[in-house]
Amino acid sequence: MTTTDTSYAVAAYDLVKTYPKNVTALDGLSVTVDAGQIFGLLGPNGAGKTTAVKILTTLARPDSGTAVVAGHDVARHPRRVRTAIGAVAQRSSADPVATGRDNLALQGRLYGMGGTALRRRIDELLERFALVDAADRRVRTYSGGMQRRLEVALGLVHRPAVLFLDEPTTGLDPEARAAMWDEITQLAGDEGLTIVLTTHYLEEADRLADRLAIIDAGRVMATGTPAELKGELYGDAVHIDLRTALDEAAATAARTALAAVPGVREVALDGSRLSARADDGAAVVPGALAALEGAGVAVAAVTAARPSLDDVYLRYAGRRFADADADLVTAGGES
Amino acid sequence: MSALLTDTWWMTARRLKIGMAQPVFLVISLIQPVIWLFLFGNLFERVVDLGGFGTDSYLDYIVPGVVVMNALAWNMWAGMGTLEETSQGTLNRFLVTPVRRSAIMNANVFEQAVGTIVQSVVIVLLAWWAGATFDSGLPGVALLILLAVLLGVIFGSMSNAIGMLVRQRESIIGINTLLLLPLTFLSTVFMVRDLMPDWMATVSRFNPLDWAVVASRSALSATPDWGLVLSRGGWLLALAVLMVALSIRTFRSYQKAV
Ligand SMILES: Nc1ncnc2c1ncn2[C@@H]1O[C@H](COP(=O)(O)OP(=O)(O)OP(=O)(O)O)[C@@H](O)[C@H]1O
Ligand SMILES: [Mg+2]
Repeated sequence: MTTTDTSYAVAAYDLVKTYPKNVTALDGLSVTVDAGQIFGLLGPNGAGKTTAVKILTTLARPDSGTAVVAGHDVARHPRRVRTAIGAVAQRSSADPVATGRDNLALQGRLYGMGGTALRRRIDELLERFALVDAADRRVRTYSGGMQRRLEVALGLVHRPAVLFLDEPTTGLDPEARAAMWDEITQLAGDEGLTIVLTTHYLEEADRLADRLAIIDAGRVMATGTPAELKGELYGDAVHIDLRTALDEAAATAARTALAAVPGVREVALDGSRLSARADDGAAVVPGALAALEGAGVAVAAVTAARPSLDDVYLRYAGRRFADADADLVTAGGES
Repeated sequence: MSALLTDTWWMTARRLKIGMAQPVFLVISLIQPVIWLFLFGNLFERVVDLGGFGTDSYLDYIVPGVVVMNALAWNMWAGMGTLEETSQGTLNRFLVTPVRRSAIMNANVFEQAVGTIVQSVVIVLLAWWAGATFDSGLPGVALLILLAVLLGVIFGSMSNAIGMLVRQRESIIGINTLLLLPLTFLSTVFMVRDLMPDWMATVSRFNPLDWAVVASRSALSATPDWGLVLSRGGWLLALAVLMVALSIRTFRSYQKAV
């Protein structure tokens, strides 16, 4: 598996990376990405997403394992990889005391660009990322959203074949996030770019990624298209919130009553929340409500939903995504 | 090769722009040499009476030392710039472009050298205004500044390497505090070797700061000892090349730790 396989835009085999104090950031991570795809690396804080991106973009060196990006081995030909890729880091990387335009110009120079070609490319990117008015201001004065857009522009100056985006929308308001999503979709669509993006937003992965890998603790838990991953969980999720937590006898009665409803499977009770699966969630709701009423259990709310990536995550990582990612808001937000 | 040159050019231009945006550092760091030159110079004016200084003006004696010591003190802070580049993410961004690693370090070296030259010229002008004499004239002064730059490259590169490895301001501050005064006093910056205790005289011969002082003092005298100037200058050059090479090597360690 360690031979140079150029049929993929990105191929990583068994990447292992440990940091001092025995922190295993990557624990045998393998992924392949087809050219022209948007590939999502989805995982909670500390899953190893950034570490994977650092290795694939030649910034960091793995302890073991190999990776081929844009046809070149990252360890043996890092410069060839660097020429072919663009990388947008999770944290801001623009020079804060230089202007947006100067940042873009230097970036182009480092890829050997210059003259009118570079000037035109910069104008084009400023336009595209709505930075024309701010172009000649110091980056330090930019808003979080503007900085994020500049970062993406920096990664695109030299028209890379593969673009790495490490949490491109973290810290953006909903409007800016939607705009960034459109931009990313367009890049992959019109320009045939391969995009590897990391995210800990399930919604983002679901919406943008053609394929994705769910990673946790430095390992890939599952790969596939969002639809495939969700399809593995057959049926819809039905959640029933109860008015009060139940004592043991009442809990057994409630579970038995719900399980007896035709079409309902896998009943579970967690505090005051009953969960079940059903082939057709909406269809079983009336029956479920009647059964619970018959058992003397008071219901506060019912939801029936198509399986989400959250459910997929729960299945593979053994815990809810939101629990694994409890400090989502504090980490990686705008600082 | 030409790619390395253009890389170095663009990276240096960038560093200089950043440096010029904050000239205040250049000025603040001149306060110390001025104190040495004028307060220390006046306070110890009479030590030349002890003999062996080769001049009857203590000011003349300490000018090369103060220039060289200032170069040391200034360049020792180079790592702070590197540290800032790592913490603000710019270094990581450059490292995933095809830019040569050596160009990144060269840019730091050149930026520091420009600072060293500007400061050295100012110190020389101040000393001249205060009545110091430069027997061998401009060529001697040029050599003094060149030697100061070489010494600066040695300690600047060391500081850059430390900045990249330790990634903590405190470490740089600690190392600088630890090194600056011993290096200065274990040298002939303020005192001739014959008047030092034996062990100090011995240790001082291995001090790169002393090489720069001895060589530049000789270069500034009416009858330079070219053998001395060239040998000490050569040692400094060799050490400078070595330290730059080492600082470029630290990118490898950085790649493992990042
Ligand atoms: N430079 C480093 N030194 C030491 N430990 C590190 C370093 N970088 C990452 N780690 C550790 O490696 C693990 C994986 O971190 P990584 O940044 O790859 O996670 P992530 O999936 O990107 O998380 P997030 O969503 O918070 O960005 C974490 O436990 C982290 O603390
Ligand atoms: Mg991350």
